[in-house]
Amino acid sequence: MTDLGLAPDIADPPAGRSRSAAPVTGIGTSRRVRYLLRTLALAWVAALLVLPVGFTLYRTFSDGFGPVVDALTDDWAISALRITVIAVAISVPLNTVFGIVCALLIVRGRLPGRSFLSALLDLPFAVSPVVLGLALFVLYGRTGWLGPWLSEHGIQVIFSLPGIVLATVFVSLPYVVNELVPVLDEVGTDQEEAASTLGARAWQTFRRITLPSIRWGLAYGVVLTTARALGEFGAVSIVSGNIGGQTQTLPLYVQDRFEAFDTTGAYAASTLLALIAIAVLLTMTRLTRHREDR
Amino acid sequence: MTTNEVARDASVQLPDDVPHGRADDAPDRRAADHDQPLAIDVRGAGKRYDDFVALHDVSVQVPAGGLTALLGPSGGGKSTLLRIIAGLTPPDTGQVLIDGRDVTHLPARERGIGFVFQHYAAFKHMSVFENVAFGLRVRKEKPAAVADRVNGLLSLVHLEGFADRMPSQLSGGQRQRMALARALAIEPRVLLLDEPFGALDAKVRAELRAWLLDLHDRMHVTTVFVTHDQEEAMELAEQIVLISGGRIEQSGRPSELYDTPATPFVMGFVGSVTRLGDAYVRPHDIDVTTSAGEGSYQAMIERVVWLGFGCRLEVVLDDGQRVTVQATRAQVDHWELRAGDIVFVRALRSYRFPAPGGDGVRPEAPTPA
Repeated sequence: MTDLGLAPDIADPPAGRSRSAAPVTGIGTSRRVRYLLRTLALAWVAALLVLPVGFTLYRTFSDGFGPVVDALTDDWAISALRITVIAVAISVPLNTVFGIVCALLIVRGRLPGRSFLSALLDLPFAVSPVVLGLALFVLYGRTGWLGPWLSEHGIQVIFSLPGIVLATVFVSLPYVVNELVPVLDEVGTDQEEAASTLGARAWQTFRRITLPSIRWGLAYGVVLTTARALGEFGAVSIVSGNIGGQTQTLPLYVQDRFEAFDTTGAYAASTLLALIAIAVLLTMTRLTRHREDR
Repeated sequence: MTTNEVARDASVQLPDDVPHGRADDAPDRRAADHDQPLAIDVRGAGKRYDDFVALHDVSVQVPAGGLTALLGPSGGGKSTLLRIIAGLTPPDTGQVLIDGRDVTHLPARERGIGFVFQHYAAFKHMSVFENVAFGLRVRKEKPAAVADRVNGLLSLVHLEGFADRMPSQLSGGQRQRMALARALAIEPRVLLLDEPFGALDAKVRAELRAWLLDLHDRMHVTTVFVTHDQEEAMELAEQIVLISGGRIEQSGRPSELYDTPATPFVMGFVGSVTRLGDAYVRPHDIDVTTSAGEGSYQAMIERVVWLGFGCRLEVVLDDGQRVTVQATRAQVDHWELRAGDIVFVRALRSYRFPAPGGDGVRPEAPTPA
């Protein structure tokens, strides 16, 4: 075969080389680039994620299980866990329902000012949690606008559980909406319209058609909401008053232990936080998988 | 609709002995019978989206048991009309009656319609069986009755072995058949299909057309389908409603639209058309000879395009007008026609339309030469 100035690789690929390799760029270079990119990505993940989390775990258990169990059975630790679980248990379902309704309104609703609503919902992303905490304080505090009226009726928001829940709900508000809006757009209205021509009422259509088609986005939104609600620090630290054993959430407890030079307590509580988050992630993945198979 | 009436008037004057070359021109078996009760009666439906008027005051009547095509260019309003009939799009004005009942303010689910979407609208997370069963499940039918009916429908659409498949495991044609079975499961009074074969390739489309026709002959469900393909409309429909720019251009039997078009637009949309002098002529209605005759024009052949079943001649008249002629191979062989030859062309049948903007569009009766 006469070579018309083409590189030998292109004109006549030698046997034994992978056919999937791109014919124009040399195989060696592309492979080198590929490995380089992989290494970079893995190193980045290791430096930012694996190393700190791994080191936390290592430090937590460096003196064995005894001190960890002691640290986590401390009254304040148990109280912090309880308050965090309550805040998450209220804010996640609330934000899930609210997120579904809002996403449906934004994508399917014919309401005017939809883009305004959508921008408004991103506010918790834009505003620092500390600012939000202050805003709640101004509104519900003893000298605030609503505070005196509420305390007359026996409701204390600031320095108690309702304030913590309120702050948690607010900071974790946009996740479900933001996950669902593009998914709803992508799914389109065809299936819902088909269901309605077949006799389904709005609720039947939602439960049998809409909900199953957005379940992946919904699951991811719930996981993000949970993670955010679990980890909230800034807003909660202001509205809760950070009273140990009473209004302390797990992240506040971690900081409290850290400042008190109780590193075992801080590490143990951190590990517990991480484990809860991972458990939620795995549960949601399993739940959606299960429904998929059916 | 005035154009509509005009078209019928014109058809009255149509001589029977006009020669024309269409094989499927006389499907009397499927001729729309206007004395039949109306399954769908749309009265003065109008729809506007902001500045865009999708439908102007459109009235359509569909006889019971018939197969009607809403034909027209895309964006012409035909899908809007179908969605208004279905209750998926609310009209701004007008009324919709199904089987004589005013359903204008009823939601889609209470209209007793079956709807088939262009892109199937398969319920992706349900098996084929559950897709077809959906309408029965939301009606809380007994499981045994559901299974019976669904299995019957699946065999009707030749998907017996596919009950447990997911829609993603089906081909486009199979998905559309599933969608049809799903729509038929609720025993709709009327079946509405929105460009049902539009997303399929030509071969599958032809198969499904034949199959739909067969299905309609067996079930006699009043069927309305939207298409932009005039061949599809001609092949399937007993009645064609040609819609463009939000208005009905003409409605009637396929042969009426083809032989007595109300406007040049209709004439051009349902078939090919060329100009000879002032007249509009179908290329296959032009006779070619080598000697002058009454009413013939002298022309030079510019190009002979071989089409297999015949030949297309592109000829130029003395005054420079270009005319397309559909000639048979016998003609071309007999006269030994070549590019550069001088021939004489004559319209066997032609149409004249008043200039647009005139009051009322009244085509002259086709003039047999």
